[in-house]
Amino acid sequence: MNVIVVQEKAGAFAENKDTAATLRNTVVLPTLRAREDLTIDFSGVTGATQSFVHALISEAFREFGPEVLDHIVFKGCNADVSEIVQMVADYMQESL
Amino acid sequence: MSNPENLDITTHDTWMSVHPVVLAMIAAKGLTVPKGNVSVDSITASSRGYFERMKLFEMLGVDAGIHITELDPSGRFVPLSQIRTADEQSRFITDVIPLLHLQPEQSKAINYVLSELIRNVLEHSGAPNGAIVAAQYHKKSNIIRIGIADTGVGIKRTINNSHPAWTDMEALKLALTPGITGTTFREGGTVDNVGAGLFFIKSIAANNRNFFMLYSGDAMYKLLKQPLTKNIKLYANPDRDRHSEKVGLPYWQGTVVGIDISLDTNDAFNILLEAMRMTLSQAVRERKKARYKKVRFEP
Repeated sequence: MNVIVVQEKAGAFAENKDTAATLRNTVVLPTLRAREDLTIDFSGVTGATQSFVHALISEAFREFGPEVLDHIVFKGCNADVSEIVQMVADYMQESL
Repeated sequence: MSNPENLDITTHDTWMSVHPVVLAMIAAKGLTVPKGNVSVDSITASSRGYFERMKLFEMLGVDAGIHITELDPSGRFVPLSQIRTADEQSRFITDVIPLLHLQPEQSKAINYVLSELIRNVLEHSGAPNGAIVAAQYHKKSNIIRIGIADTGVGIKRTINNSHPAWTDMEALKLALTPGITGTTFREGGTVDNVGAGLFFIKSIAANNRNFFMLYSGDAMYKLLKQPLTKNIKLYANPDRDRHSEKVGLPYWQGTVVGIDISLDTNDAFNILLEAMRMTLSQAVRERKKARYKKVRFEP
């Protein structure tokens, strides 16, 4: 099971895009390229910026298309984080 | 700003009311002039201690002859801070909320605004001195005023990497349009940017009927306060917001953002995020559709 625990890497407020880029390049894209499913666990994260989530997952949409959402589960998101994730998913799919 | 080699700080004799964005501009400018070229006229206004407490003179390395007993800033203000790296940004964001004594729901918009604005500077401005930030809480109005300034390349140069902007004002408006970024002309942006940060900041201010200004080059875009009787609507096109525009201003080499955030708002932050999400998606859809070519038929 491939899991990113965001709070462990980015803290309670996920804003550091360098951290997001590292997670993208070391976990998100390699996992999906290996045709394995991924869980991104936002438990304990009180907020995230759109920039952070964009840096984390936008490239996955470009590389795998909207079907990537069949292979990523977003876990433990509060209302704010859910909105941000949905926002990035929406505009990336609109953009493809 | 007429002489790039000097900074003279003068004030009115008896009164002074300075938004943190002005402090951030003074400090940012002061850091670009050679050491010893910053001068401070005798400040006699009774609120002169404000400059000292906000650490303006400390940042500029000058002694203005103002000596005060410093009280704990907790709950009142965030002194001028210089941020040059992502790690410094993370530490600043972690420290700032406890400093302002904010409740969790109140802190969301502040966290968001500071994070996106500082990151913009670090990624796009090319400013060797990074971002200069200050904030102050005003108890009477229950508002937090935030200012951030840099002395980097400015918005026009950044946005022109991917979208043509012939004037500073055109560049400001493009930068405020969601989905427009200086890093690419493609919808969906790049791996790291989509160009929504300033639109979000403007939306947070508009939603609270608060002050927002963006200044770069010779142009300034400022939101005008919405009457309480009018429902708030978020617009992707900054021309549709109730705003003022000024051009031909003293040239600011870099970018400046000022924003006030009311702590009285009762709206949950996720409701605002939902409205921003819908506006952003619609903007992307409309831009894509506008680029569709018509099929040519011949009999």
